[in-house]
Amino acid sequence: MNSLTQLAAGLRAKQFSSVELVRAYLERIEASQPRLNAFISVTAAQALEAAAAADRDIAAGRGGPLAGVPIGHKDLFCTAGVRTTCGSRMLENFVSPYDATVVAKLKAAGAVTLGKLNMDEFAMGSSNETSHFGPVRNPWNTDFVPGGSSGGSAAAVAARLVPAATATDTGGSIRQPAALCGITGVKPTYGRVSRYGMIAFASSLDQGGVLATSAEDAALILREMAGFDPNDSTSVDAPVPDYVAALDTPLAGVRIGLIKEFLDEGLDRENESRIREALAVLERLGATLREVSLPNLPLSVPAYYVVAPAECSSNLARYDGVRFGHRCKDPRDLQDLYRRSRGEGFGAEVKRRIMTGTYVLSAGYYDAYYLKAQRVRQLINADFKRAFEEVDVLVGPTSPTAAFRIGAKTADPITMYLNDIYTIGANLAGLPALSAPCGFVGGLPVGLQIVGPHFAEARILNVAHRYQLETDWHRKLPERFA
Amino acid sequence: MTKSSGTIGDGGSRPEGRGAAGTEPRNAQESSWETVIGLEIHAQLATRSKIFSGASTAYGAPPNAQASLIDLGFPGVLPVLNREVVRMAVRFGLAIGARIARQSVFARKNYFYPDLPKGYQISQYELPIVAQGALDVVLDDGSIKRVGITRAHLEEDAGKSLHEGLGAFTGIDLNRAGTPLIEIVSEPDMRSAKEAVAYMKKVHTLVRYLEICDGNMQEGSFRCDANVSVRPRGSDKFGTRAEIKNINSFRFVEKAIQYEVARQIELIESGGKVVQETRLYDPDKGETRSMRTKEEANDYRYFPDPDLLPLALDDAFIEEVRKDLPELPDEKAARFATQYGLSAYDAGVLTASRELADYYEEVARAVPREPKLAANWVMGELAAALNKENLDVGSEKMPAARLAGLIARIADQTISGKIAKEVFEAMWAGGDSADAIIESKGLRQITDTGAIERAIEEVMAKNPGQLADYRAGKDKLFGFFVGQVMKATQGKANPAQLNELLKKKLSG
Repeated sequence: MNSLTQLAAGLRAKQFSSVELVRAYLERIEASQPRLNAFISVTAAQALEAAAAADRDIAAGRGGPLAGVPIGHKDLFCTAGVRTTCGSRMLENFVSPYDATVVAKLKAAGAVTLGKLNMDEFAMGSSNETSHFGPVRNPWNTDFVPGGSSGGSAAAVAARLVPAATATDTGGSIRQPAALCGITGVKPTYGRVSRYGMIAFASSLDQGGVLATSAEDAALILREMAGFDPNDSTSVDAPVPDYVAALDTPLAGVRIGLIKEFLDEGLDRENESRIREALAVLERLGATLREVSLPNLPLSVPAYYVVAPAECSSNLARYDGVRFGHRCKDPRDLQDLYRRSRGEGFGAEVKRRIMTGTYVLSAGYYDAYYLKAQRVRQLINADFKRAFEEVDVLVGPTSPTAAFRIGAKTADPITMYLNDIYTIGANLAGLPALSAPCGFVGGLPVGLQIVGPHFAEARILNVAHRYQLETDWHRKLPERFA
Repeated sequence: MTKSSGTIGDGGSRPEGRGAAGTEPRNAQESSWETVIGLEIHAQLATRSKIFSGASTAYGAPPNAQASLIDLGFPGVLPVLNREVVRMAVRFGLAIGARIARQSVFARKNYFYPDLPKGYQISQYELPIVAQGALDVVLDDGSIKRVGITRAHLEEDAGKSLHEGLGAFTGIDLNRAGTPLIEIVSEPDMRSAKEAVAYMKKVHTLVRYLEICDGNMQEGSFRCDANVSVRPRGSDKFGTRAEIKNINSFRFVEKAIQYEVARQIELIESGGKVVQETRLYDPDKGETRSMRTKEEANDYRYFPDPDLLPLALDDAFIEEVRKDLPELPDEKAARFATQYGLSAYDAGVLTASRELADYYEEVARAVPREPKLAANWVMGELAAALNKENLDVGSEKMPAARLAGLIARIADQTISGKIAKEVFEAMWAGGDSADAIIESKGLRQITDTGAIERAIEEVMAKNPGQLADYRAGKDKLFGFFVGQVMKATQGKANPAQLNELLKKKLSG
């Protein structure tokens, strides 16, 4: 299979048409659906129409940088005219009247959307098991989870059902499934990619990004997704560097810090070996390596599970059965309408987080939980800041283990939450971070996480790309989808 | 369209003294109880678009015609702060001598209600944009009372629930959702319903001067919640308060507070206890009713809105707003008093609205020697005529220049004050200038001594009996002769000249 970069070039060179390409991918999607369940909606007709238009644009020499390239969107990016479910019964039939900024930008760049990808309900989960539309399966072993919450996006890219997909990362939802599916996933700096039209889970942590098979492909997509949006007050008005142009910068002298706190007892020893092997590659490329301590980082999981549910409890209040989304049958009165619409529309994990969030914001508990969590957040931020005075990028594992079996952790939310123990820090501090495949543990992929200072996307992509030039982990394909 | 509040005597701080509304219940004033009142005034900011979306704020559109996806709280949408709203809040803050926060924070107030689309209202909680200001209010007895303003913060309005004509259903109109409001929270500094009304009128005057609110109370652009409690006179502890929600007229504020004060006193005196609760004022019944108690109150779970960055203001912006401030009501009243030699009361009335003050100044400038006469005419005949027809001071019926034309004729003795009233009525009815009416009706005052003397002599000749009585000492008959001469001259004789000449002639 070709990379997205190659596909874009092939389309421009008219080696094949977008319609041909889209047909080929649609066939793969159809064939995979019973095994992987990666898609919630496949928009074949619209895709073929858009592909034909892209072919015309290319023929007329006016195609954008992604002209005719097929992609998929995580099903929380609003798409005009195509339902956006957020993996929830609540929005099972919700059709957005507008495109998210990310969707509009990729459309403007010429990308062709093949459909909407499965995800944990409202992006809450680390295994894609909370989706109302059923779990997504890991292409490397369909008894295993793909990670979450962007499990559909990750599985689809890993199985080459799409060359790349959009995704979002609130506590690791791009990086963790990227690691578990053996692909490359980038969570940009908070504010780098517009959140407008991206259905909110936790607004101060949510960030849109990309899942692709390589850092090079990710750079190409991200360059088109990123940028200031006047519709998002938290988006940052700063120029977007050419991530693609920066990919080849040599790593000589780049200072890499291995986060000491990530090498804890929760980390699978084999996984640790894969990380150390990857670091040896980077050292060989001229980077210098040292261990760096971020003492407050272990507090990130408890802080996150206060802040994120707090924001979610408020963000999800709009799903009340009044204007859109699920409405219960024959409500007796207003209370009944609220109770049953929400009770029926939301799944267990979403309810758990709404309740947690409501609790931590309640009178008398706000200071003890929410305010304290915000203070922890500041401490973690300060830890990162100090670390980046000494090193250019920080590295560590993306997740403690490789993928686990479907159902293995659903009984105990805390065990599930600990999957994000290495990824949450970057969200709390708003830092750019990526996961790149760095080998296998027990036949399942694991990822190397690279975290950069604010707006250093170009740097972390550069490190990942140089690593990928030396290794072929990112080129490995799950046998059944080769 | 009925009159807005620019009408004279409706927006200012002049003593009431009108009808029943001006009477405080006896028990509140004279009993051993002291009333404590604080107001939360909601003023709708006069922006064209909403506080966080580009939808129009115009009043009266068909339901939901002015609700954008942001106002509807659609999945994925985000708020973007309207810069004009910030400028208006800073204008208000500067006008009340408040502290303008260099950094303020928008927070979410969470509660479920069908006309609250997001399930939360974006407001300001811990860090409001304006804090610690004050306004001086002139009371009935002419004394000045300073009312502290704890804070003023920005927030979005909710929509409306509609019940009429929908059977068992409730309709939701979200046109108002997202309309910018500034909530002005006073200290519990007011001690009577009348003080509260005087303060509210003062704020009303100010926001209209600042052109940040149209002040239209019928449309809900300016409304208040009143926190009312009573305590034994001399006590320094506050009693338990009730909050009366959403009162939208000065008269209702006064009546609601009066009712509530009487209710609380009666309750306590009969051995009961005031409970902290939210109450509604029913203007038809003239009473307040319990809406919900403190126990039933929402826990709003305020927290900073993560969709909006803290609002940072720099000194340059604040100074720019300050430079743009108009002359404020108090400053204007003080200037009127000195520049035009007006009493503090008259200056207060004339500056109660910016339109009225501008009107007066235009008249006064046109008749520079007669500022007091101008004031009397504006506050007297003009105000009465406007009020009678529910018109604004800016009405086309009597432009300032035309009224000045009339006053000029009084000043140069072309007509007497009495004739002037007749001329005014004709001007009001027909729209002609004073001069045209004086000419066409032949109302020019007679100042020719010879003509007046001739008229006097004729009257004396016709009334020999009265003349004899007068000369015999019946001084009261002087008025009779004045009347007769005026009648003979159709009221046109110059009154001062007439007096003088008549005295001379009668005494022989």
